[in-house]
Amino acid sequence: MIDTVTVMFSVNGNDVSAAVEPRTLLVTFLREHLGLTGTHIGCDTSQCGACVVHLDGRSVKSCTMLAVQADGQAVTTIEGLGTPEKLHPMQAAFNENHGLQCGFCTPGMIMSAVDFAQGNPSPTPHEVREWLEGNICRCTGYHNIVASVEAGARAMAKA
Amino acid sequence: MGLMSQPIRRTEDGRFITGRGRYVDDVKMEGAAIGYALRSPYAHAKIMSIDVEAAKSAPGVIGIITGAELEAAGIGHLGAAFPASFLKNRDGTPRVDGDRALLTVDYVRYVGEPVAFVVAESLNAAKDAAEQILVDYEELPAVGLIDEALDPGAPLVWPQAPGNIALDWAQGDEAATDAAFDRAAHVTRIDLVNNRVVVNSMEPRGAFGTYDKVTGQYELYATSQGSHPIADTIAKRILRIPPERLRVITPDVGGGFGLKMSTFAEYPLVLIASEKFGMPVKWMSERTEAFQSDSHGRDLKSHAEMAFDAGGRILGYRIKTDFNLGAYGLGFGPGIQSVVPMFVVGGVYKVPVVYNHVRAVFTNTVPVEAYRGAGRPEAAYIIERIMDLAAREMGLSQDEIRLRNFIQSHEMPFRSYVGAVIDSGDFQRNLHDCLRQADWAGFPARRAEAEKRGKLRGRGLAYYIEKTAGGASAVVISFTPAGRVEVGVGTSAHGQGHETTFAAIVADKLGVPFDSIDLIQGDSIRAPWGGGTGGSRSLWNSGNGILKAADAVIDKGREVAAALMDTAQDAITFEEGAFRVHGTNQFLPLLEVAEAARAGSKLPPELKARLEKGLDSSGTHEEKGDTFPNGCHICELEIDPDTGKVSVISYDVVDDFGFVLNPLIVAGQVHGGVAQGIGQALLENCLYEPGTAQLLSGSFMDYTMPRADDLPSFGFTYNEILCTTNPLGIKGCGEAGTVGAAPAVMNAVLDALWDKGVREVDMPMTALRVWETLQRAAAKAAV
Repeated sequence: MIDTVTVMFSVNGNDVSAAVEPRTLLVTFLREHLGLTGTHIGCDTSQCGACVVHLDGRSVKSCTMLAVQADGQAVTTIEGLGTPEKLHPMQAAFNENHGLQCGFCTPGMIMSAVDFAQGNPSPTPHEVREWLEGNICRCTGYHNIVASVEAGARAMAKA
Repeated sequence: MGLMSQPIRRTEDGRFITGRGRYVDDVKMEGAAIGYALRSPYAHAKIMSIDVEAAKSAPGVIGIITGAELEAAGIGHLGAAFPASFLKNRDGTPRVDGDRALLTVDYVRYVGEPVAFVVAESLNAAKDAAEQILVDYEELPAVGLIDEALDPGAPLVWPQAPGNIALDWAQGDEAATDAAFDRAAHVTRIDLVNNRVVVNSMEPRGAFGTYDKVTGQYELYATSQGSHPIADTIAKRILRIPPERLRVITPDVGGGFGLKMSTFAEYPLVLIASEKFGMPVKWMSERTEAFQSDSHGRDLKSHAEMAFDAGGRILGYRIKTDFNLGAYGLGFGPGIQSVVPMFVVGGVYKVPVVYNHVRAVFTNTVPVEAYRGAGRPEAAYIIERIMDLAAREMGLSQDEIRLRNFIQSHEMPFRSYVGAVIDSGDFQRNLHDCLRQADWAGFPARRAEAEKRGKLRGRGLAYYIEKTAGGASAVVISFTPAGRVEVGVGTSAHGQGHETTFAAIVADKLGVPFDSIDLIQGDSIRAPWGGGTGGSRSLWNSGNGILKAADAVIDKGREVAAALMDTAQDAITFEEGAFRVHGTNQFLPLLEVAEAARAGSKLPPELKARLEKGLDSSGTHEEKGDTFPNGCHICELEIDPDTGKVSVISYDVVDDFGFVLNPLIVAGQVHGGVAQGIGQALLENCLYEPGTAQLLSGSFMDYTMPRADDLPSFGFTYNEILCTTNPLGIKGCGEAGTVGAAPAVMNAVLDALWDKGVREVDMPMTALRVWETLQRAAAKAAV
């Protein structure tokens, strides 16, 4: 029998309590235990950023921390950011500026971009590119992602 | 104004930006087990024995499948897509592909080749158990690099392929080409390495299989670029079952770039495991595993020679290429450097004679197959590098040498020496537009300014052409009782936005609301047959097919509308989504006619019997006629001589894709394609260790993917010079960016370093390699 520990935290505003193997990564917990499959796994070395979520409002790579390390904190995933009916301004900006193609890196991109834009209402393209260094996209060449983040940041500042 | 040619925002985005996409790894099934592939740590070894007993009883293990068991069960093997008769050696003898079992039995021939498939309750349990499988390997000498494999006396990957030559192929007239060189005023020669790259779609490969023992039906969810080819391969070649017993579903797919065209061993393995163990079985590749087990791209060495007359006009072109096939000829592998690019080796130029000699070389590496462009970026790389060098040698400008040799638009349709019939294009205009867009004339001032900052500034130009079209993917338009229009296609989008672009065609053509249209794709049972999406030809296939199917809908609808409105068929016109009685104000909307036809009760008995499926119609675009996307790329970059770092400052493209259906999506395709070309030219490199064929670049820690801060924003415009060989007038845009980018970047690198005495540059020009190149040039100058 594998030992488990109990974790308690909030995910997208809902309280969650579960017994998990101590080695369970936060991303695995979100995807497998909670069924929140919007957070993706694109690598195994914490390079790609497809798994970025917010922990108490700051972006983290959820493959780089254990579920138990989130104990007592507030986790927000892409599913908690906005809904198809009521998009977050950053989500809307990615649609408007064609900031995605296959969509696999997109949740991580958006979660990372929202954290960035919170402190940068009118970023330069250079600042966006520097920030996004930890998120890999193979489809877009980043051109439209940068445009999306610039537009999303402006829209967030206005909202 | 219609939707076609408008930058419509994508329908599919809604689910992706809210985390509601459904990729293979998101598919959930009750009681599913996890599969894990135990892979070879050796590049070449004989398997003396495999002992799975201890592993079988490890905690959480459900069972283990080995190759011996599959052989005993009569499971078939993987293979190449090209029949032996279609692609053979230049002397007429058959090529060698090797023989690839799903799980190897006697030998392993590359690091990462699967040896056993463990099925367990969790991934961790499967991995723990895999460590307890005892494989007794007798290690053998291995070759990973082209030069190693071609070395006389090199160990053979396959005994039936002496010298490790899998294919010895050629096109063109050798004697006539030699004769052209004999009368040349100038000959330019170049040796080029086209580095090996890893595809690295952000979603790794994955498969989820079920077997229903009551019905005997298999169902497979796979990360693919087309369900039908994979279903065909698995049913006919591997499981040897009637095709109707297997359904392959391709859900959302996180990028393909050629990788996901092929059937990989793990896909049938999850089906076999599901049948054997009585539960759904999922396998998802991890990234490190992907580096070892995904097919790779490129990896070739070429020597090219171009003969010119005294006026800088091409007389003949000679190429000798050796490409790394890996350990097996699988999928499109043997054709990537041979038959796939054969019609564009001469580029956009009037090349009177060509001799192109290509050899596929076996090595102890993972098989090399399609990667965005598949052979055409390689062909463009060779000819655009040699043209650049020839211009320097003959003292011509980069635009002048091209202008002197371009096929002219008034000469089209132009039958090239290599057999391509280029229907349309205006290379001169695109070149001029791109020179203007990139402010080519203002470069000397920018270079001088950069020099003041201690930077070496260079510019590079490339003019690419590719050939697409072909294959026949069907389209079915059908009308549902709920009033929706379903469009079934045999193509399969994985980022290209077909839900949006195809719906725009249907909406314009049939006048039905854009949001009433549902695209049915990626399903070997529900969607009509098709070759999937690859080779920049989905719009050629499905777009033109939609026009045909829609015409059939309108023809049937006219008949039904005439009956419903009690008039003659020739009195009916179809405009703005409605059938109208000419000269009256009587009309019926298409969707109403479709519903009446589906229900049938108001139709005359003869018509009702004839239109058993109402207005539902199919269409397949099968007309011959290739398309030739082409365009001009200009790259400007700066090099820091102290660190070797290359910074791409600006990147301009002027393309001709024929009719542009959605400018927003087309621009996105070009951006992404260019990024992959820049990545290959400056950053990416897949390395196998000399002597051992161990994979050195096996993770994102060791393999440099282009990131946001490595790339510039792109300047992209286009000239719509309609293709004359298909009704939509389209040429295809998916691969184009990648085809043009590598030579433009490398020509710019050489330009930046030329005055420092550098004459040879090979991809990838990483900071280290640039710095070393500069040091060598400086040392040489000092002597």
